[in-house]
Amino acid sequence: MSDNVLFAMEAALNGVTVGIMYSLVALGFVLIFKASGIFNFAQGVMALFAALTLVGLQNGQIPFAPIINAAFGTSIHNFGWNLPSVVAIPLTVLVMIGMAWLIERIVLKHLVNQEPIILFMATIGLAFFLEGLGDIMWGAEVKRLDVGIPQGMSSWVDETTYNLFGYGFFIDTLSLYALGIAAVLVTGLVLFSQYTKQGRALRAVADDHQAALSVGISLRFIWVLTWSIAGIVALVAGIMWGSKSGVQFSLSLIALKALPVLILGGFTSIPGAIVGGLLIGVGEKLFDFLMQPVIGGATENWFAYMLALVFLLFRPQGLFGERIIERV
Amino acid sequence: MKMTTFAALLAATTGLAAPAVAQDLHFPMLNYRTGPFAPGGIPFADGYQDYLTLINQRDGGIGGLPIRMSECETAYNTERGVECYESIRGDNPLILQPLSTGITYQLIPRVTADGVPLHTMGYGRTSAMEGETFPWVFNYPANYWDGASVAINYLLSQNGDSLDGKKIVLLYHNSAYGREPIPTLESLAASNGFELVLIPVDSPGQEQSSQWLQIRRERPDYVIMWGWGVMNAVAIQEAANIRFPMDHFIGIWWSGSENDVVPVGAGADGYTALTFHGVGRDYPLYDDIQTYVVDRGMAAGNGDQIGSAVYSRGLYAAMLAVEAARTAQELAGHAQINAAEMRAGMEALSITEERLAELGLPNFSAPFDVNCQNHGGGGAAMMQQWDADTQTWSLITDWIQSDRTLIGELATADAAAYATENNITPGCL
Repeated sequence: MSDNVLFAMEAALNGVTVGIMYSLVALGFVLIFKASGIFNFAQGVMALFAALTLVGLQNGQIPFAPIINAAFGTSIHNFGWNLPSVVAIPLTVLVMIGMAWLIERIVLKHLVNQEPIILFMATIGLAFFLEGLGDIMWGAEVKRLDVGIPQGMSSWVDETTYNLFGYGFFIDTLSLYALGIAAVLVTGLVLFSQYTKQGRALRAVADDHQAALSVGISLRFIWVLTWSIAGIVALVAGIMWGSKSGVQFSLSLIALKALPVLILGGFTSIPGAIVGGLLIGVGEKLFDFLMQPVIGGATENWFAYMLALVFLLFRPQGLFGERIIERV
Repeated sequence: MKMTTFAALLAATTGLAAPAVAQDLHFPMLNYRTGPFAPGGIPFADGYQDYLTLINQRDGGIGGLPIRMSECETAYNTERGVECYESIRGDNPLILQPLSTGITYQLIPRVTADGVPLHTMGYGRTSAMEGETFPWVFNYPANYWDGASVAINYLLSQNGDSLDGKKIVLLYHNSAYGREPIPTLESLAASNGFELVLIPVDSPGQEQSSQWLQIRRERPDYVIMWGWGVMNAVAIQEAANIRFPMDHFIGIWWSGSENDVVPVGAGADGYTALTFHGVGRDYPLYDDIQTYVVDRGMAAGNGDQIGSAVYSRGLYAAMLAVEAARTAQELAGHAQINAAEMRAGMEALSITEERLAELGLPNFSAPFDVNCQNHGGGGAAMMQQWDADTQTWSLITDWIQSDRTLIGELATADAAAYATENNITPGCL
């Protein structure tokens, strides 16, 4: 095989792993949109907030320390202990569930029956609020996130591909873990929605709010449930991306990568989020590999949106999305 | 008699009613404490503000006049930066330091028209070092082209004064900032016989696997990085992932802070970067910062950034602004200087070893002078290296001088083109 073919295969393989990372972010959007019709602008910030909370808990950081110190003239920053990840992650999950409950109580409850654009605007406000809250609670400095997932070149992939092709492919071990975690997450979500009472209620609300209410399903409970699950998915995305780059405020921008994934996969399909992520990931890596000698690289940011634009022209509901038919 | 009394009363009343003339020196701060680039913006802003607070608290200001600080949040957004400028331009600002090349490019024509000095230390438009074309813009003590030249001079020293046949990658933020060193590096590649490979990274740079796959394929001898924000940490992580030797990876000074290496952990050990000031907090001035600012509860941050790379840079920027104001007061013969007098002070600035020692910053900076023709200072920088065990930067070289002959030629050509485009007749004010 020629070098260029091998390089293209390596790029495509990396595209698969990167695409899964995009899918992890897109999943949170899908869950909320499917259950409530809300495009949650705050999903990226939720990933940031979850990662900040996790690192803060791991490091024993005192939340709101700058405000406490300014108000009381103290100089406290740390509890003096470190929490292991097995404790800090469940605690962060609890924080995300608490946040979902508060969002329902303070924001969503008052916006029942409002136009989708109103709910969308509310999530924009929520994004700004959460970003500011994360800053005040945990500080804006870059933090190292280590939950024990190894990083670096996968020797197994390197050796296997070298034995097969005479050229060792590079794959980040973290990305391989992301593949496994995404598989577990999607399986868990599917099992939850198919085989549990709450999951079936969630699907009922997704199908028809009015009908679900008429058979006694609590819309408010479902919203708390949905936002809690989206919060947990945000935590997973925050862990994976935060392990790559450290936890910093640009983490919220990963949401920008999820939007073309959603357009491709459809806003209401969990498998669509995975397939969309893979298409974007593989597409952008191959495009960059092929076009870099011609146009100089840095194509990834706009390629994903260009691909999404093409899809919008021919299949606006995405690959797996529900076709919207409105009677006039 | 009645008229005299009336006149006296009128005079007294008029005097009372007249607007109070501000007896202070306005140092506005265009900061970014929010947004994706806040981790770099916050320590710079803290260092800048803490130094000015120190001058007020310890010395009672400059020449007996207190420094008035005002803060405007730009979020590293060019439009917001321009809005900030518009909001303070009528309030006698003495100096602007926006810490953004994008904002700098937008402000250059505005400050030139309004007569407000702009100092872009180690960033901004490099050819602004040509003072006769850019009389209101200063970029001492070093600029991007100096950085590129110093990096190559360092590599020459590591390779027996020859880079012939070597391959060097420039991994750059795909923006006005990141593209600044390209002309210099292309010239240096031609004169030194190395191959230059340009690899852009779109902002913010959270995902760089394509770039690092390409670097892995290219097998360069060295990688020079022109990054900012999250791009730096991700690049260093990716370099560690592909097992690229860290001591062959050189960042510009904006890619050489704790924020860039701490998230990578042990993988960042040995990473090198340029710096145009000292590292750490082992300088007498930091004791004063602790005593007069932190211990009095007046620190801009919570005190944990003191001595970090970007904090020290912010402090250095403030120190140079204060020294320029002192020079301006001496030249003007009075303390209440205006923007034009401040500009004259900046143009006559002289930073000597003796003065640095007096300030409590011995050897913190290379000595340099500014004059009408040269607004760019000396152009020297050092190399620093990260130790992941001790979590500290260490200096691994003495001052390395940039190739000011080459840079002067490039800057002159660029400034001449700018002057032609904007109908500017170069000359000293």
